[in-house]
Amino acid sequence: MSTRLAKGGRFLDKGKPVTFTFNGKRLKGYEGDTLASALLANGQVMVGRSFKYHRPRGIVASGAEEPNALMNHGAGGTFEPNQRATTTELYDGLQAGSQNHWPNLEFDVGAINAGFSRFLTAGFYYKMFIHPRPLWKHVYEPFIRQSAGLGKAPKEQDADTYEHFNVNVDVLVIGGGIAGLQAALAAGKSGAKVLVIEQTAHWGGRAMVDEPLAEGRIGGAPVDKFVEETRAALEKMPNVSMRLRLMGAGVYDHGYVLGYERLTDHAPTAAGPRHRLWRIRAKRIVTATGAIERPLSFAGNDVPGVMLASAVRDYVVNFGVSVGDRVVVVTNNDSAYLTAIAMKKAGLEVPCILDARPEGGGALMQAAQDLGIPVETGKAIAKVKGTRRVTGVAICVQAGEGAVLKEIACDAVAMSGGWSPVVHLWSHCGGKLTWDTGHAHFRPDVDNPPRDDAGEAFVIPVGTANGAMHIALALEDAEMSGRAAAKAAGHKPKPVATPDVTSPQEAAMEPVWLMPQGAPYELRMKAWLDFQNDVKVSDVQLAAQEGFESVEHAKRYTTLGMATDQGKLSNINGLAILSDALGQPIPQTGTTTFRPPYTPISMGAIAGEARGAVFQPIRRTPMQAWHDAHGADWEPVGHWRRPYAYPRSSESVHDAVMREVKNTRQALGLLDASTLGKIIVKGPDAGRFLDMMYTNMMSTLKVGKCRYGLMCSENGFLTDDGVVARIDEDTWLCHTTSGGADSVHGHMEEWLQTEWWDWKVYTANVTEQYAQIAVVGPNARKVLEKLGGMDVSKEALGFMEWKEGEIAGIPARAFRISFSGELSYEIAVPASQGLAFWEALMEAGAEFGAMPYGTEALHIMRAEKGFIMIGDETDGTVIPQDLGLHWALSKKKDDYLGKRAQERSHMADPTRWKLVGLETVDGAVLPDGAYAVAEGTNANGQRNVQGRVTSTYHSPTLDRGIAMGLVLHGPDRMGEVIEFPGVDGKTYKAKIVDPVFYDKDGEKQNV
Amino acid sequence: MKRYSAFAIAREGLRQHTGWERAWASPEPKSSYDVIIVGAGGHGLATAYYLGKNFGITNVAILEKGWLGGGNTGRNTTIIRSNYLQDSSAAIYEKARSLYETMSQDLNYNVMFSPRGVMMLAQTQHEIRGYQRTAHANALQGVSTEFIGPEQVKKLVPIINIDGPRYPVLGALWQPRGGTARHDAVAWGYARACSDMGMHVIQKCEVTGIRREGDKVVGVDTNRGAIDCNKLGVVVAGHSGQLADMAGFRLPLESVALQALVSEPIKPCMDVVVMANTVHGYMSQSDKGEMVIGGGTDSFNNFTQRGSFHHIEETVRALVETFPMISRLKMLRQWGGIVDVTGDRSPILSKTPVDGMFVNCGWGTGGFKAIPGSGWGFAELIAKGDSPLCDEFSMFRFREGKFIDESVAAGVAH
Repeated sequence: MSTRLAKGGRFLDKGKPVTFTFNGKRLKGYEGDTLASALLANGQVMVGRSFKYHRPRGIVASGAEEPNALMNHGAGGTFEPNQRATTTELYDGLQAGSQNHWPNLEFDVGAINAGFSRFLTAGFYYKMFIHPRPLWKHVYEPFIRQSAGLGKAPKEQDADTYEHFNVNVDVLVIGGGIAGLQAALAAGKSGAKVLVIEQTAHWGGRAMVDEPLAEGRIGGAPVDKFVEETRAALEKMPNVSMRLRLMGAGVYDHGYVLGYERLTDHAPTAAGPRHRLWRIRAKRIVTATGAIERPLSFAGNDVPGVMLASAVRDYVVNFGVSVGDRVVVVTNNDSAYLTAIAMKKAGLEVPCILDARPEGGGALMQAAQDLGIPVETGKAIAKVKGTRRVTGVAICVQAGEGAVLKEIACDAVAMSGGWSPVVHLWSHCGGKLTWDTGHAHFRPDVDNPPRDDAGEAFVIPVGTANGAMHIALALEDAEMSGRAAAKAAGHKPKPVATPDVTSPQEAAMEPVWLMPQGAPYELRMKAWLDFQNDVKVSDVQLAAQEGFESVEHAKRYTTLGMATDQGKLSNINGLAILSDALGQPIPQTGTTTFRPPYTPISMGAIAGEARGAVFQPIRRTPMQAWHDAHGADWEPVGHWRRPYAYPRSSESVHDAVMREVKNTRQALGLLDASTLGKIIVKGPDAGRFLDMMYTNMMSTLKVGKCRYGLMCSENGFLTDDGVVARIDEDTWLCHTTSGGADSVHGHMEEWLQTEWWDWKVYTANVTEQYAQIAVVGPNARKVLEKLGGMDVSKEALGFMEWKEGEIAGIPARAFRISFSGELSYEIAVPASQGLAFWEALMEAGAEFGAMPYGTEALHIMRAEKGFIMIGDETDGTVIPQDLGLHWALSKKKDDYLGKRAQERSHMADPTRWKLVGLETVDGAVLPDGAYAVAEGTNANGQRNVQGRVTSTYHSPTLDRGIAMGLVLHGPDRMGEVIEFPGVDGKTYKAKIVDPVFYDKDGEKQNV
Repeated sequence: MKRYSAFAIAREGLRQHTGWERAWASPEPKSSYDVIIVGAGGHGLATAYYLGKNFGITNVAILEKGWLGGGNTGRNTTIIRSNYLQDSSAAIYEKARSLYETMSQDLNYNVMFSPRGVMMLAQTQHEIRGYQRTAHANALQGVSTEFIGPEQVKKLVPIINIDGPRYPVLGALWQPRGGTARHDAVAWGYARACSDMGMHVIQKCEVTGIRREGDKVVGVDTNRGAIDCNKLGVVVAGHSGQLADMAGFRLPLESVALQALVSEPIKPCMDVVVMANTVHGYMSQSDKGEMVIGGGTDSFNNFTQRGSFHHIEETVRALVETFPMISRLKMLRQWGGIVDVTGDRSPILSKTPVDGMFVNCGWGTGGFKAIPGSGWGFAELIAKGDSPLCDEFSMFRFREGKFIDESVAAGVAH
């Protein structure tokens, strides 16, 4: 029975009791507990069910490597599945629940799977559920999905907030154990900017538990004194920052490190964000991430009560919790003796220590024996007794096949299969590993590190993370590497005295990958490697037998290491079994790839602050608030929003659009055109440059004049269009589409910077510097004349001219251009005066019938006039020639972007579809995107087509459906009727006509 | 080959599984084959499989530098759909999708094809129009899709937020017979079937040179010696450029990292595949319960099979906005794959300037869904010299300007 001890628990504040619930049951703990320690203190060893067989699962570890103790927390907007109890700090009111069972933890129907485990081996699902075919989708798969999956899905919107934080440092030290602290001290004393981060809430790491038990001392004093002094020294340094509860999650190229800080997980009522994602740029990264203990593979090693030896002593020392009254220790190395010593010193019984090594251990074995603990060398566990809780172990000879020598009653087993350095962060960015035979583990191969752009190592592993498994070695390694890191970051480090260390030397460990060595199948199929995903020794052996020889194949076939712990406990044991099955040394098998993050990090933290209305920035024109106040129906256009229409109360959006078109054509319409891109191109070579960017000749444009221009990609496709105005001798103003401004500007800069870097041209995107208003309709001139200040008469400002001056007392540029076919001025004023100018226009225009109009009215009017729209008539596959825009392609120029591409055979192919107008025979509106069918089918059985609709509207001006489209030989087929099958089942018939439906001769716009 | 079945599992369960054979043999290379396929990913293995199945060509070796299925076949987000816009794309992807329907039965290997439905969200007017156009095109191409409204989106995907303040969901292009499959199983199933036909799947065999006599290919050099062949099919995705270089020609390809990630597993909460191109992200839930998430490609060329984090941020941000409940899930693992991208983002299945040598590459971010169709067409191209599924995908189309551009229909990817 696990329980709270009367004494001990260095993390606990026993003056602060805490109440929490587990599966609805009220339980008590103390501040300083983890959820795992508090559950154990309340006798709750079994805490969940495994993924595949729904076997009972108990707490195995005390830290981030825990595979089993996954809980859901909270409710409503703070509900969260799959939280590791071992890294959850207890707080008052915590609601925790176990997962992956129905109806409850103790009785789980899914456990029926375990009864069939003999059949449900690795990859069984690839071999069955094949017939009959529909059953996979409708029966088998839903069943598998339901039984897998661990925690429940959150249902509500997350009630918490998150944030991002950027920092640059010289040296980042990841891990706040003694090696990390010593490395930070060595680096910090050089004056380097140092950040030390520790994933738990405590400094000092493992040494704080292990060294007192081993009677190890640093500088003649207990380890906690060294830790406290070093921490205090670091805290005093202005160039050093220290953070707890901040995990190094991932290492990326160029010294980019992702940190994951859990700010309020332990204090959910505190103000502020819950998690903070640190984006750290470090010149050097010191990984002092320690090591993780490995389980041993014996039958029944998954029964609740079987735990890592290090975790068992952590619970005793840190939390004053015993995991059982009688704990059998089983090991292949000396460290587990510390567990026996800790238990004995806490007054608990250790019936025996099973040491698989024939010769046993060194000084620590002696110390244990001196405490009266029996040690049996060369022995192993044949089998664990019990199902939901350990009741005993059957003992055998390690060298044998599992014949039981005797049985020992116990309620917990503490196991140690050796230690594996935490090499994840080292490996994320390409650091290689080397096999250390002495310790039977992979450690960083410091000759093959992750390298920076200068070819230097930018990650430096220290301490046990570097395979320095004795405290003296770890401190020495840390001191040296801390200095090296500071030096590499450009500082002059001074040596820091390495304190004297006394701690017992350990006897050599011996690798034990299977217990007992000759375990028969019946034992191997009960010896777990991956506790969460239910992968056993026999599964990995089956994978090898079936030819899944690559470690990646074996992983994927068995799912070894693919659970939420990502194989922190299982990977090395699994690949040792695989290597043995293949008869090859472990280094030849190698490891699977270590990928970020080190432990799972919340999506909320990754997303950060950007959610809801601030998910992406909204660009606002100066008149945005006016539009809002006047009922604009918004349409997103890039990061802008533009009024689609301004429906009045009781008016539908469609009706509003119709009204806006009619009013603009008959009286006066105002359009907020501020979103149109405006790019200044200036310099002695600006004309020459624009001649390359546009298909038209821009260098010959006269000052004061405007020209409609086309831009193509290098592949010849039409990408953007707009009116270019020449401002002065060496300045042009290029208008682009609303969505295209940034990409056109980028496109210009790319060519200037990579190809024509010696041309004297500057570009500037001034889109937001101006508010631009289109004043459109027969009354356009009247309203401007009323406002006064600029002569806008036909004579003073002709079509396709522009002029600078003042209108209504506001400095303005007036462009006499039209995208509607009406008399039209586009007037640019300083952005700060945009709203004032708009309001002045509305007020002065009232008597002339002024109304605002939105993007849809704009689209309809341009379609009535036969003007193309980028993104409608073009889609990245259309060239100007397809659209009848030959007139805009300069014949006088040697070159422009896209010219050569447009000469390629397919571009010049007469069968390319060409732009035409389309009129439905019955006046209906053609469906958007419909295709015109031709006779027959192609070689792949698809219906042949001969054209498609590119734009389609109901024209209020003509009171009928009008459309534009691209049609095979279209311009030569005027009057012909072609058929467009709709997805609504109807077939639409349309006549091919000229694309200009309105004012073909331009009499309206040229007045 | 011993057939897989529930009965076989029962039999083996009772005898400690001693009777299971290797899924595929591990032979030494012979000195000569009729056809050598370089690259034992999904596309290479499928090509070999259909060479045998459709054309009786079984004297075939499939050479793999690493472990089979270890490239993008084992790194993608397993989405299968065929709602493409252009005829030639729709033809090959729909062929593939239809072959996925019966792949488990054809291969006697459960590849877990699950036609759970794929939807591509429309979140701008422009997207609505693009997808309406695709729906019209698909109807004539024999691809079953429809444009659905936001209410139906919400009904199919209860966890979606259709009223986001920034990009509300305006509708979706819905392909009910799209879905997912178990990616590794596709490679393993084909490898097993190829091996069963007597083909040689040879792993850890790296091609180091391509041998020619005049304009004709006659074999390859490998780290396990020279091997002769009459025909050579190169199906090596991101490394196609290197192989082409060995043969003396160039391919219009760039290689960039594509990022993906999975969440921790949770109980079923989303049955369909959702792609949101405006905000850049797509998501489905695997049979294990993980939310499988993909986003865009890095903007720089790269061979490292990892990549930067900023795309992960962008993708997760988009999906938290679209599916607010995932905010409290955790990212379990991120990884990168190297995708080979052509100028028009459509693949190359083509003859080459070298007689007898063929290339199949350029699948970019969307190759997994095409595997069986690609193998079917490419096998035909190798066996007969031309294939209607492949004709438009010639590498020479760039010279003619005859692009197959899907960007209008797929802003991001797959």
